[in-house]
Amino acid sequence: MMIEQEWAIILARAQFAFTVSFHFLFPAFSIGLASFLAVLEGLWLKTGKGVYANLFRYWLKIFAVVFAMGVVSGIVMSYQFGTNWSVFSDKAGPVIGPLMAYEVLTAFFLEAGFLGVMLFGINKVGRKLHFVATLAVAIGTFISAFWILSVNSWMQTPVGYEIAANGQFMPGDSWWTIIFNPSFPYRLVHTLLAAYLTTAFAVGAVGAWHLLKDKANPGARKMFSMAMWMAAIVAPLQVVAGDFHGINTLEHQPAKVMAMEGHYQSHPNGAPLILFGIPNSKERTVDYAIEIPKASSLILKHDLNAPLAGLDTIPDADEPPVGIVFWAFRIMVGLGMAMVAIGMWSLLARARKQLYEWSWLHKAALLMGPSGFIAVLAGWVVTEVGRQPFTIYGVLRTVDSASPLDAPAVAFSLLAFVVVYFAVFGMGIWYLLRLMKKPPEAHESALDGAPIRSAGITPAPAVLEGAST
Amino acid sequence: MIDLTVIWASIIGFAIIAYVVMDGFDLGIGILFPFFKVGKDRDTAMNSIAPVWDGNETWLVMGVGGLLAAFPLAYAIILPALYAPMIAMLLGLVFRGVAFEFRWRDPAHRELWDRAFTLGSFIATFAQGIALGALLQGITVEGRSYAGGWWEWLSPFSILTGFGLVVGYALLGACWLNWKTEGALQRQAVTYAGRLGISLLLMIGLISLATLTLEAQYYLRWLSYPGVLATAIVPIATIAVTFLFYRSLRRTKDAQPFFWALALFGLCLVGLGISIWPNVIPARVTIWEAAAPHRSQVFMLIGASIMVPIIVAYTAWSYWVFRGKVGHDGYH
Repeated sequence: MMIEQEWAIILARAQFAFTVSFHFLFPAFSIGLASFLAVLEGLWLKTGKGVYANLFRYWLKIFAVVFAMGVVSGIVMSYQFGTNWSVFSDKAGPVIGPLMAYEVLTAFFLEAGFLGVMLFGINKVGRKLHFVATLAVAIGTFISAFWILSVNSWMQTPVGYEIAANGQFMPGDSWWTIIFNPSFPYRLVHTLLAAYLTTAFAVGAVGAWHLLKDKANPGARKMFSMAMWMAAIVAPLQVVAGDFHGINTLEHQPAKVMAMEGHYQSHPNGAPLILFGIPNSKERTVDYAIEIPKASSLILKHDLNAPLAGLDTIPDADEPPVGIVFWAFRIMVGLGMAMVAIGMWSLLARARKQLYEWSWLHKAALLMGPSGFIAVLAGWVVTEVGRQPFTIYGVLRTVDSASPLDAPAVAFSLLAFVVVYFAVFGMGIWYLLRLMKKPPEAHESALDGAPIRSAGITPAPAVLEGAST
Repeated sequence: MIDLTVIWASIIGFAIIAYVVMDGFDLGIGILFPFFKVGKDRDTAMNSIAPVWDGNETWLVMGVGGLLAAFPLAYAIILPALYAPMIAMLLGLVFRGVAFEFRWRDPAHRELWDRAFTLGSFIATFAQGIALGALLQGITVEGRSYAGGWWEWLSPFSILTGFGLVVGYALLGACWLNWKTEGALQRQAVTYAGRLGISLLLMIGLISLATLTLEAQYYLRWLSYPGVLATAIVPIATIAVTFLFYRSLRRTKDAQPFFWALALFGLCLVGLGISIWPNVIPARVTIWEAAAPHRSQVFMLIGASIMVPIIVAYTAWSYWVFRGKVGHDGYH
């Protein structure tokens, strides 16, 4: 019986990890894409240049597919707290429930309500109102990130609550304290920048792909240039934001940082930065470690000789899985550094007026297309696995959070999610790649009026377009 | 003293009504989809809901999110109890949601995505109906958790409510197409609405009678004197509304039949309220037992009282933008 319960929890965790990872790919893209579209439409309204209208049309089709997948995979998440983590929901509901309700009230409706007008309505409402709709969708994605990251951050750094006699977490007298819990500002900035970078590198890769085929394509040039500006500016900012976030984590969730760093042992006289190695939790050491002496203390404490505690100070029962966190952290940081490098390379190319000429830069940018998605997932793994073995850090254990479900029920649902997600979203991603493969073409310069039909923003003209290709 | 718990029960009730009013017809169109001619007719049917489906579905998230926030105990008991139907509903919604975009992106596989649209819509609706039936027939609760097995939801009654909701949403879908389309498709929709109206009335009758046998509380609520004088209004009104529905259909009205069909749903929800009030899990947990603490209720009420009117306003606006008959090749 005991074993079956353990299985039920492992399966429930696998299901949550699987569905949230798949889901997270889409908002990570659509948050940035919505802002990108708003910028494109704004520039078109301001300058009247056709290239912006064309790019808007081009990315709107992609946005529509991404957004649809984000919506349907997101609804799954809002139910899964209850279906699979009912004890957690019962206990934490009074605190996190209102924050999630605010997300629905202030973000989901805003996005969904204006999406129809954004996709299909320009000839109905005119340019200005259409721009308002695009802005509303973009702002909606941001507000959504605000609330859900507040919830997540509260689970990482819970404050401002009391525990009632029935075991529920009760809100204290300040919601401000709960919403702006200690890790929230850092996580919000780090995640939003990550979403912008994800979009920048996806857009940059599409631009690079088309530049490699035709250096003169004005749409490809414009999108590549815009994406590389984002890479050059945002990637270094992200390094700084990540550093602040890490220091905040060290303060509130030291065990997570120990796992990230692979510090099984305490280092009273300055801790080394382990670049690579294989964490060996049995022997409590990192095998084949390549390390820089004292560098970890320098990064985390800004002092070469500052002492850093290791996992030997953490009770075994409270220790997160080291290997996963250690590796995911290195993937994230490595990709982040590669992003900075691409950004700097593009600045150099721009300064020498070779931005559209250097094909090695284009090839590198193409290769980096998926980097944002991988980095976002890796970062998410670091923060979520690093919070284990707790759902609410230090207070509620994962094993005490799950629904009283039989293991076979969860096994079936997990199997169903895996099959359906790979099939449906696999097809969806294939469609996205197909849309991206088409070069941005020079249509008529306006978004409204007759040209919209040939551009395929409304669904049915897309049929004509599809039929003719 | 105003009871915030009752207010919150009303807000959740409002979200459920809003969901049925708005998502019912677009799920219904999915259910009826295979019966429409491939090509123009299907494209028109799809276009009549494409700009609004996402907003419609958000009310489902509002309902469940509101439940978590305002009645966390109910959320924590109901969702594991309805595990299989809930997972099926979510997967159904995945299929039908992506079909809106995918069928236009992949003309070679449009037939496949049209089937996914129908299958997803049917499964989501059927699962919602089953969930309703399972809730009504009773859930095993021990302490603060669900204590039944993972097949407890399955019974002849829950299957009946599942089919009942399929018929009901299909009716709403047919009425929506009668309102929003022209020509052969509209005539087809009217024919379906005619058949579905009487089927729904039958279903309502069957489910109502079956409900009376489930719990003593339901029986007493409906049939004890003098309460029966009030409760009898519901079935009488149901028959009257059905009559008005058919009259508007015969007079070839565009919009009216849709609203009469909604009125039928409204009466069902009133009936549901009479049966279960003031419980959130029938015969087991009252709304007060399940309610979130006062501070949570107040905090959310501030947000809801500001945001819900704004949401209703811009939702109404977006419906207004896409008013009138819809063409098969997009909006002109």
